[in-house]
Amino acid sequence: MSAKPKFAMYWAASCGGCEIAVLNIHEKILDVDANFDVVFWPVAMDAKYKDVEAMEDGSILLTLWNGGIRNDENEHIAHLLRKKSKILVAFGSCACEGCIPGLANFVPVKELVDTAFTTISTDNPQNLRPQTTYAMPEGEIHIPTLYPQLRTLDQVVDVDYYMPGCPPESHQIGAVIDLVVQVLQGKAQLPPKGAVIGAGNSTVCDECKRKRNVKTIKEFGRIQLTHADPELCLLEQGIPCNGVATRSGCNARCPTAGAQCIGCYGPAEGVIDYGARLISAFASVIDADKPEEIERILDGLVDPAGQFYRFNLAGSLLRAGKSAWKG
Amino acid sequence: MTEKFEPVIIGFTCNWCSYRAADMAGTARMKYAPNIRLIRLMCSGRLDPTFVFKAFEGGADAVMISGCHPGDCHYVEQNYKALRRFHLMKRVLTQMGIEPGRLKLVWASAAEGAILTDTINKYVEEVRLLGPLNWPAKKIGTVSTPVMEVAA
Repeated sequence: MSAKPKFAMYWAASCGGCEIAVLNIHEKILDVDANFDVVFWPVAMDAKYKDVEAMEDGSILLTLWNGGIRNDENEHIAHLLRKKSKILVAFGSCACEGCIPGLANFVPVKELVDTAFTTISTDNPQNLRPQTTYAMPEGEIHIPTLYPQLRTLDQVVDVDYYMPGCPPESHQIGAVIDLVVQVLQGKAQLPPKGAVIGAGNSTVCDECKRKRNVKTIKEFGRIQLTHADPELCLLEQGIPCNGVATRSGCNARCPTAGAQCIGCYGPAEGVIDYGARLISAFASVIDADKPEEIERILDGLVDPAGQFYRFNLAGSLLRAGKSAWKG
Repeated sequence: MTEKFEPVIIGFTCNWCSYRAADMAGTARMKYAPNIRLIRLMCSGRLDPTFVFKAFEGGADAVMISGCHPGDCHYVEQNYKALRRFHLMKRVLTQMGIEPGRLKLVWASAAEGAILTDTINKYVEEVRLLGPLNWPAKKIGTVSTPVMEVAA
């Protein structure tokens, strides 16, 4: 084998979109191949956990980890790859802050499994449930055990860098690969540990080209039910757009295309709790001073917690509904 | 449980009215329950919902927000922002599994020391009835997994 630095990518509780985003960098993927020896990447190549276990500690230079920690297998591999990697990157929203899989933290695991195995869209006449161990004639077999709630990667192991986005934009991934290649050639330096890479330092609003005036909201509306002005700030039109608290880096793709920002790039620089920042912003521009009137306007926000924590529930200060952590 | 539950309540007061009210209560030797810990902000409009969530995350059983009466704000209308945030926060907290009774908004002018102490004392009893929040700060993961530390 060559002496090229080693590269790994792993998925835990995620959808696979991050892997596609990596392939979406087009010919830059050849730079990855030219500069790295891909040693472990379950989606793209055949490698076993025991191969990773056999590697020397710290022998993988760069590991991109996408997905949250949902079960004991995820956690085991997180510890394993942490040990084997020099640089561990929480890649994508799931690893950084929980993302959509983290929304399951609103409910206990039992409810989660019941929904998956008993609701109308499921054909399960024997009412079966997955068992974590099962005795076969050949011996006992195991599948991973679900945890009471999903955790972000840095709630489980030490993380070197964060790369937000659902998924991270391909041009940002390309830029990060360029940077790593330059570091390898001694032409650039790595950012300080804990930095957010492949994203901006500002908010989506900062990159958004829509016109902004003074915001006063008399009514919240859902974008599919309104004819939004294509030039005007969406929040000003009462459409709950999360751009105000969301990190820049995507070139304000959604608002530019006519959809509200849903916050996939996570909290902007300096924001401790993403949802709290949005509560602050949204509530401030409601044009009402009477409690009843405020309540009426707030009724337009159908699912406030879902609106404010769609990507951030597992990483939020309050993190989860009480029932979730009890299992 | 034989021991009486003593709730911890974080109270955010504004510099111009409600903190003065608490100050007046102190000067006049009016007593209020020590369960509340008052934090002074310049204005109730300064109250970032992050403060409230941080208080809950850090173990508070309830949070009280207080400011000048509507129309009396030193900064003209910022207490209305506090009011709107309060209503929205309540909705979100409910969805997150925190009873709405654990967040309270009180208007108190600088002259209303007696009213404030009375409100605080009543609120402490209300929260006592609700019981401890037992926020799961350090309890997630299964028994077999190491207990996770909360990032600051």
